Amino acid sequence: MAILSKDEAQAILKKVLIFSTADECQANLNGRTVGNIRYARNNVSTAGLSDNISMVVESRFGKRSGVATCNQFDDATLRRCVQRAEEIARLAPEDPEYMPLLGPQQYLTPVSYAASTAAIKPDYRAQVAADSIGLAVGKQLTAAGYLEDGAYFQAMRNSKGLEAYQQSTGLDFSVTVRTPDGTGSGYAVADFTDVSKFNAKALTQIAVDKAAGSRNAKALEPGKYTVILEPAALVSDEGLLNNLIYSFGAREADEGRSFLSKKGGGNRKGEKLFDSRISIYSDPLNAQAPSSVFDGEGLPVKRMNWVEKGVVKNLYYSRYWAQKNGVEPTAFSGNFIMEGGTQSVQDLIKSTEKGILVTRLWYIRDVDPQTLLFTGLTRDGTFYIENGKIKHPVKNFRFNESPVIMLNNIEAIGRPQRLGGNLVPPLKIRDFTFTSLSDAV
Amino acid sequence: MQPFNGICVDWLQLAGLLAKLHHAFPLHHQTVYPLKRRDFVGLTGLATGALWLPSLPGFGESILVDPARLLETVDPAVKKRMADAALNAAKSAGATYADVRIGRYLNQSIFTREKQVQNIASGESYGAGVRVIANGTWGFAATNIVTEAGLAKAAQLAVEIAKANSKVQKEKVQLAPQKGYGDVSWKTPIQRNAFEVPVKEKVELLLAANAKALDNGANFVNSSLFQINEQKYFASTDGSYIDQDVHRIWPTFSVTAIDRTSGKFRSRDALSSPMGLGYEYLTPKAADKIAGPQGTGLIGYKQSYDILEDAALAAQQAKAKLTAKSVTAGKYDLVLDPNHLGLTIHESVGHPLELDRVLGYEANYAGTSFATMEWKAKNIPYGSKYVNIVADKLQTGSLGAVGYDDEGVKTKEWDLIKDGKLVDYQKTRDQAHIVGQKESDGCSYADSWSTVQFQRMPNVSLRPGKEKMSVDDMIKGVDKGIYIAGRGSFSIDQQRYNFQFGGTVFYAIEKGKIAGQLEDVAYQANTQEFWNSCAGSCDQSDYRLFGSFFDGKGQPSQVSAVSHGSATTRFNAVNVINTARKIS
Repeated sequence: MAILSKDEAQAILKKVLIFSTADECQANLNGRTVGNIRYARNNVSTAGLSDNISMVVESRFGKRSGVATCNQFDDATLRRCVQRAEEIARLAPEDPEYMPLLGPQQYLTPVSYAASTAAIKPDYRAQVAADSIGLAVGKQLTAAGYLEDGAYFQAMRNSKGLEAYQQSTGLDFSVTVRTPDGTGSGYAVADFTDVSKFNAKALTQIAVDKAAGSRNAKALEPGKYTVILEPAALVSDEGLLNNLIYSFGAREADEGRSFLSKKGGGNRKGEKLFDSRISIYSDPLNAQAPSSVFDGEGLPVKRMNWVEKGVVKNLYYSRYWAQKNGVEPTAFSGNFIMEGGTQSVQDLIKSTEKGILVTRLWYIRDVDPQTLLFTGLTRDGTFYIENGKIKHPVKNFRFNESPVIMLNNIEAIGRPQRLGGNLVPPLKIRDFTFTSLSDAV
Repeated sequence: MQPFNGICVDWLQLAGLLAKLHHAFPLHHQTVYPLKRRDFVGLTGLATGALWLPSLPGFGESILVDPARLLETVDPAVKKRMADAALNAAKSAGATYADVRIGRYLNQSIFTREKQVQNIASGESYGAGVRVIANGTWGFAATNIVTEAGLAKAAQLAVEIAKANSKVQKEKVQLAPQKGYGDVSWKTPIQRNAFEVPVKEKVELLLAANAKALDNGANFVNSSLFQINEQKYFASTDGSYIDQDVHRIWPTFSVTAIDRTSGKFRSRDALSSPMGLGYEYLTPKAADKIAGPQGTGLIGYKQSYDILEDAALAAQQAKAKLTAKSVTAGKYDLVLDPNHLGLTIHESVGHPLELDRVLGYEANYAGTSFATMEWKAKNIPYGSKYVNIVADKLQTGSLGAVGYDDEGVKTKEWDLIKDGKLVDYQKTRDQAHIVGQKESDGCSYADSWSTVQFQRMPNVSLRPGKEKMSVDDMIKGVDKGIYIAGRGSFSIDQQRYNFQFGGTVFYAIEKGKIAGQLEDVAYQANTQEFWNSCAGSCDQSDYRLFGSFFDGKGQPSQVSAVSHGSATTRFNAVNVINTARKIS
């Protein structure tokens, strides 16, 4: 069983500390049970299950540190793992950025686990695929999708008395529906902590409608347009907002190699860099998008403002960089929440005289870290809006734009939705820069 | 897929690293982050570098070990007994075909910045995967219990899965016939196993490269060395028992120069390439150096790399970038160095010709392709007559080079594009029949014993020109152009039409001569227009390999390593944009 209870996990971690002869020792134990199903061409292509628990032991002698891992937890294995970490530590160079391990900490009570998600069985996944494929087949369309769900736990303990444990669950679903002649494509994506909020049919229906509605797209000239960016156009593993948040490191800014570096030295914390309606924070207890209450070093994660009314309120300080600069360290946050209003995407369309609705941005790469300029393309449902209505589908565009510029060109902010473990509103943005057309569907 | 457990930093630092990695190294057609943010939560905040490991082939799922373990091997006779146990169990359970891969994946990475070592990690991952066909349907199961009993159990599970999946299967698997090879072996022809080189020697080389960069005016420098050894044993019911020992290495760095007064910063990355070589890649040989265009100081590297020389030049070029002229947008003739062009080949030729993409299996993730079989039948030129593109898994020093692929097919070379016309795709055994062929191309690969093998890109290379021509000869004929070396920002749509590429260094070409460094350059083109504007390549003496460790595909995502060879090549009248912007 890959999900250990708090007592089971801490019992193993306690043993590690007993076996330790180092100056400092910290052990992390993580486990997961994950299942997935993948389909394409209206057929299930693969399905998988994996179970794993693994242990990381870090031993320290003075400023020398060594790490070893193991995935079996009998006394002999644990003892060998600790010994190996200690041997590696003795041979390691001194770390000039050494920070002592943290002592006992107070954590919030996490809300990141749903028993319903942990109970998902293979037949449930098969049904999701069947439901999704069924909707596409019924409309003579072709579906390709992927569902992955899992239960996770993380536990840690160190020789300074720190003790932490948390369980979580998650489910990620995405589906691409295409017309058989390849002239239309639609997409939907969502993720949840609690599977009871997940509806594969409703999501697939969105992709079906977008695929059917995006046939025979017309070409518009590239240029600057008012756009409505749906959450999937803002957040993904490579999303514009993820990249913006990733760039909030104090050290890079202080070193002069970030858009948050200040001319002449230092960083731009405290400056107003975005539209006054922009507020972004992290909160592990957000009910819709909960995350971890402690980070990898054991620092307590609490609500933290990154941007408030357009002003940069905090940058990320590692423990080392915080100490060097005489400030408090920043805990690793597992989510970000962008505040929004009450308008739906439909409402945003209604209030748009001329503009483009973007379902999704894809293959996003940084072009210039100095200005946080990114390039990428629209995909799976791009539509022209006129007088408050979707007029017709348009061919996909390549964009070159910076989230810093985007968040200064805000026309309207919609109702936040969960995506990628975050909460993000759809945004209406003026003067978004499309630089060329793509024939891709 | 369970990522490399345990070594991690907080997410912003991680993100910074990923952003840098993003910037510095090619992560292809879909970002390869098998890690979700939740994977990082709760992990120990230790060495920054090691969190890159899960993104590397052979680095996933490994446990940390003593470096001495990296020199151990397993006796093929022992592996054969275990493989037979699995094959017999599969057949008894009703499989009509079975293959076993017993894999020991070893890796070591070293990370430094300026004068300090950030991390050294050695990892090992050992296990076996069994793939079967039962009721005409694939089934797969993997185990880390590498014993006869463990493998037999995995084989039975794989058959159970195949039988369960066959209930929803519409078409039966059709496998191209493959003869058994009996007991054979293959080894990357390395001269010096990187794992035999003392860690101290490797660290000293990286720190010496950092010192070169700092002495030449760099403000910051990060350097790293990745080393991989895949010890793979393959056996199948066709009668093959194939023992392979595959080695790869990648030294790289990123140098940053800063102008505090203006707040400007620029980076210049290494012009090395990941290679299918041993540590000999880091012993520079004069015969492997090709002078770049006159006036640039650039050196092209073939089968060995001079990291000290490149680090010194990188610092000078990073500084020059701070004051280089910003490009005027417009049409330019581009002269593209092999260490740049390789990525363009990868994205605009390698990916569109993967048969699984063409068929729609990757529609929800990596995308599909413009180069469908219907498109091929129309005989539309993919490129000009100079465009001859070949696939192979044979080239010495390439990342794709192996004796046999991961389903026991002997590797070969074949044409993809001949005189500008598309002639073939990349295939595995179960795909050959779809295009009316009788054999696989040997394109099957899995990034771990625990993942199922599927179609992956072989080396895809542009043949050099037949006429004698050096890069200076080529530049002489260019009136208004830009020379680009090294990889930069790159992005292409999901059907491989529209792309935008940057580079590492850019030089203006005016009236046949190099005329100083440029900045803010990116070119945008359509795949077919671009390859049809190809005006020829330098000759064989200029031919070099570009490589990537990070080609991502599949859900859950797998990575693979691939090389792309070419000589310096000219493309006429390509659209260049200026990427400079102002933010408040």
